[in-house]
Amino acid sequence: MSEPLLQVEDLRVRFSTEDGVVHAVDGISYTVDIGQTLGIVGESGSGKSVSSLTMLGLTRSQGADIEGRILFGGRDLVALPDAELRKIRGNEIAMIFQDPLSSLHPFYKVGVQLTEAVHAHRNVSKSQARARAVELLDLVGIPDPKRRVDQFPHEFSGGMRQRVMIAMALANEPKLLIADEPTTALDVTVQAQILALLDDLQSRLGMAIIIITHDLGVVAEITDQIAVMYAGRIVERAPTQAIFGSPQHPYTWGLLKSIPRLDSPRGEELVPISGRPPSLIKRPSGCHFHPRCPYVRDEHKRIDPRLEPVTGDPGHAVACLLSSELRSRIWHGLTLGESSATLRHLVVEDEHPVRAHAVPRVSEDGPV
Amino acid sequence: MTATSEPLVQVQDLVKHFPITQGIVFQRQIGAVKAVDGVTFDVMRGETLGIVGETGCGKSTTARLLVRLLDPTSGHILFEGQDVGAHQKGDLKALHREAQMVFQDPYSSLNPRKTVGSIISEPFAIHGLLKGSGERRKRVQELMDRVGLNPEHYNRYPHEFSGGQRQRIGVARAIALEPKLLVADEPVSALDVSIQAQVLNLLRGLQREMGLTLVFIAHDLSVVRHMCDRVAVMYLGKIVEIADSDVLYSFPRHPYTGALLSAVPVPSPTGERRRQRELLTGDVPSPANPPKACRFHTRCPKAQSICSEEEPLLELKGTRTEAACHFPLTESEVKLRLPAALAANASNNDRHPDGVLDQSSSSSSPSST
Repeated sequence: MSEPLLQVEDLRVRFSTEDGVVHAVDGISYTVDIGQTLGIVGESGSGKSVSSLTMLGLTRSQGADIEGRILFGGRDLVALPDAELRKIRGNEIAMIFQDPLSSLHPFYKVGVQLTEAVHAHRNVSKSQARARAVELLDLVGIPDPKRRVDQFPHEFSGGMRQRVMIAMALANEPKLLIADEPTTALDVTVQAQILALLDDLQSRLGMAIIIITHDLGVVAEITDQIAVMYAGRIVERAPTQAIFGSPQHPYTWGLLKSIPRLDSPRGEELVPISGRPPSLIKRPSGCHFHPRCPYVRDEHKRIDPRLEPVTGDPGHAVACLLSSELRSRIWHGLTLGESSATLRHLVVEDEHPVRAHAVPRVSEDGPV
Repeated sequence: MTATSEPLVQVQDLVKHFPITQGIVFQRQIGAVKAVDGVTFDVMRGETLGIVGETGCGKSTTARLLVRLLDPTSGHILFEGQDVGAHQKGDLKALHREAQMVFQDPYSSLNPRKTVGSIISEPFAIHGLLKGSGERRKRVQELMDRVGLNPEHYNRYPHEFSGGQRQRIGVARAIALEPKLLVADEPVSALDVSIQAQVLNLLRGLQREMGLTLVFIAHDLSVVRHMCDRVAVMYLGKIVEIADSDVLYSFPRHPYTGALLSAVPVPSPTGERRRQRELLTGDVPSPANPPKACRFHTRCPKAQSICSEEEPLLELKGTRTEAACHFPLTESEVKLRLPAALAANASNNDRHPDGVLDQSSSSSSPSST
């Protein structure tokens, strides 16, 4: 693959509100190749949705201040005029939203809503559009599509509605599909169906997918790459295997260790991440994660880490001030079931020589 | 944990039907949503019983019936041997000193116009306890401290707290009267992932300290496994399987339990994609018109003609699992459905508790009852 399908470069989105400026997305960069799946993981308020809404121009005209570049097929989506962007939205890039009930219009039949997407971008007759709608419903595995196309959204179950949403998104065979928490509102059994459907559609249609979620289990299943977001930034980005095999950021560790898993011994204590996500108006100084990080040092409160490749693994990037040797020792300890409190001594012990020369270090770090 | 074999609550053949009516002035009943349709189970003193199932399976209705927020259509709920199913006002008040509930949505379950202090002290006001306001305030602040809230925030309003903190307020209110039974209905599903563990650990800590009996309802099977000693699986208003957690998760007998477990995404670095998924087709049928006989037969991969004719009873399959199925899963079928990690975990549990069970399962024939 010579050129990536999508290239996001140093994207920043700020909203001015009465309380102050919300730094929703704060300088993120990533690429998505043709046919690839990227997972963006983060908690509510980490900026994961805003970054993709911006891609489609859906955060414009809200007093939003958008910087950076989003290159898609040689065009910069940030600079593109609305009319041009409208040709791309729903056509080359499509989106599925979290709540399938509120994303469908209750007054219109499903078929009408599906053909609307087709009519918007193609010059087709009514009967052609309708045939396409039936074809789409069939594609996403809705039984009896000829009858279902004339039903209203309330006649569909939650999982079926999400299939309709996917069908709408696929109407114009997009090159990139953005799925924002596509399974959060669904039961596990239905979630498994939808994930299998997305996986299947991707291999048949060859589109790239960005899947936004808070559930690490979901992204483990269908992604090639994962970006972990915290407070508007990407704190770790790596191939899926590496995120689970050798995670580097304390926040990623926290996420992995704070959820009960079916494959871990029962009765194992969960290790919660203390505190709560920061306000995006008044963000913590230095590393934004430092107030919640068990391995924090004094200097982390001042120095802002950058997303840098991990030594020895150019595909894996992390924004953490701990040395990579120390990180691998801590993660090793965590996998053995040691608590973060006992592992903290690794950080503190390591810090002692620094303390001894505290004065020169501070002056050295001062201007950073 | 500290579970004894003495039941605190005994639920017998509990039924809750919600009428479907037609007409505006003269309402005729034209049907009923059979939310809970004959469930029987015991909750042992000091244990945590989990109830899992998909949306609309009746798990929340069961929870509300247990603390008598709803009136059962029929059946019995014995709380410490006393039938509370037909209790009215005064008796109910007494029951609510012993049985309390934590709700799912920490936003809508707290009155936005009341301060946290008055929300948590309301149980005392209702039951006429700790009449002196200083005394009451002191106790509320102790409770706030216990659930990890800053006692100085006594006079703040719910909107000033985050979701996780609000759920702590809900927990503080529920444990204020030192109940024996705490029913938690999806207590963490509205919370952020990093906050969930905080609330789960709090509930477990409280249970250990206060010797609480906990009924924990959730749709997240990983969370239920983490929290519960025993788990009941519900489908369309019926319990289809009930067993100890370790047994249920390592060797599910009901095909529905097998399908549920197989659908859970596991955040695992290796081999996740290669796992043979068993996907249930279709959706849960309407509880207003459930399938006849075995309710799962319309979606069951093992269904045969008897499944649509004769209702299987919830009975012992093997030594430690009760399941309602004519053709329970065999060990080889379980291996196929569940990720390798689970099987490995099962062998870690000293000795597979149902290891001896294979002969009985292979000979399991349609029950003649």
